[in-house]
Amino acid sequence: MTPFAALDYYEPWWAQLAKSLVIFAVVLQMVPIVLMMERKLLGRMQARYGPNRVGPFGMVQPVADILKLLAKERSRPESSVGPLYALAPAISILTAVAALAIIPFGNVVDVFGTDVGLYGIDVEIGILYLFAFGAIAFYGLVLGGWASGSKYSFLGAMRAAAQLISYEVAMGLSLLGVIFTAGTLSLVEIVEAQRGMWYCVPQFAGFAIFVIAGFAETNRTPFDLPEADAELVQGYMTEYGASRFALYYFAEYMNMIVISAIAATLFLGGWLLPFGLDPPAWVHPFVVLAKIFGFLFLFIWVRGTLPRLRYDQLMSFGWKVLLPLATLNALVTAILVVTT
Amino acid sequence: MRTYDDDVVEVVRGPQPGGAGGVYRAFGETLRGLKTTFARILEGPVTVQYPEEKVPVYPRFRGRHKLHRFEDTGLEKCVGCSLCAAACPADCIRVVAAENTPEHRISAGERYAAVYEINMSRCIFCGYCEVACPFDAITMGHDYELSDYSRRDLVFTKEMLLAEPLERTPLRAEGE
Repeated sequence: MTPFAALDYYEPWWAQLAKSLVIFAVVLQMVPIVLMMERKLLGRMQARYGPNRVGPFGMVQPVADILKLLAKERSRPESSVGPLYALAPAISILTAVAALAIIPFGNVVDVFGTDVGLYGIDVEIGILYLFAFGAIAFYGLVLGGWASGSKYSFLGAMRAAAQLISYEVAMGLSLLGVIFTAGTLSLVEIVEAQRGMWYCVPQFAGFAIFVIAGFAETNRTPFDLPEADAELVQGYMTEYGASRFALYYFAEYMNMIVISAIAATLFLGGWLLPFGLDPPAWVHPFVVLAKIFGFLFLFIWVRGTLPRLRYDQLMSFGWKVLLPLATLNALVTAILVVTT
Repeated sequence: MRTYDDDVVEVVRGPQPGGAGGVYRAFGETLRGLKTTFARILEGPVTVQYPEEKVPVYPRFRGRHKLHRFEDTGLEKCVGCSLCAAACPADCIRVVAAENTPEHRISAGERYAAVYEINMSRCIFCGYCEVACPFDAITMGHDYELSDYSRRDLVFTKEMLLAEPLERTPLRAEGE
């Protein structure tokens, strides 16, 4: 049995290579766009412009920021643990990018006479793959915080660990309803199962829980306790600078994009459009991208609105509200699926 | 016997935190917050893009000083009396007076200001010099863009103060 036996169609090697390059390039280009979008939108929400000096409408600002970070000297604290300190941001970015591989941007289409699926790979254990990488991602934060040898970093890392563990449970349970209803773990098949009815309608509770837990998983406001700029001076990334900080920053936005993409895939019907619209296959990736950007707007909107939770509020909300709700949702869905 | 029934004020309180009412309140308040921030997007920014746009100043704005001449004769109004220097709380005006002679007449009075310097790095723009001047020779202008590269350049001499200032600051129109 070959490693690619899970693929239920034949793809030549050049198609595999080309599509992974395209997905990689397109989604990585989204990070500066999201950076810009966030700063612009936050500015507008605070009745100001946001960056508008570099290039037309300030559009080149993220490029300038990234170049500045890459040009800076790399340094590390004397108390840090060298190899782990260097490794941690790499783990963060690796897991964020790896999760991209299974996001479907469309079904199998005909490209130059060969059938090519518009996704990196359609693994049969799709959602488990995501959670596996989500679990590794948390090493990036914890190792980075611990290896920095700074108390702020360590506190941030501890918070990150507690928060990610708490909310990953609720997140996993919230997806159970979708998996029960679709009867599969493959993201492509889950999207196909949403033809006629997106899962955000029957699984609205799961959807809400997933989005809230998604905010927590990506360390975004109102759950940005691991970074908590006011009290922990950026938490686990306090001691990071230059390109390593850029990696962490990049990973944070990649995680946002990945969570948005998963939400769009599992609950908003992926590349499907409502009202019986059935566009040609080349439109599908743009539909997915539009849905992703809708979610990213929600991320930014919430960041501009809500204050950071207190630590005990975060924990009690995760364990006493989200987890029981997610369990109940999974239970009710299971009963409904079995009885009907 | 007096009753206090009329004085009782009914206090309407929202639901307490916790329980179904608290969840409802938290949810409602969250939505209200989201509505508020979204409304700000639609409203647009209030920023004034400073170097390109400037907030117009009021006519009585106290900016950089100006020295004046008589319009008909072209003679300086300042007679070097040093009342402005005496009135200056920041002690930033230096005046050295000299006698006018018939062949070398600079001001309308007996004496004129041979040296008239204002140190803008010390000036507090209180306008007392303007008030103290008996001939309206010094007034406060509208220019507030006074930054420079060295302190030495911030000592304005008589020639600089007499020169027609650059009109770089918009004046607020009537009723604006």
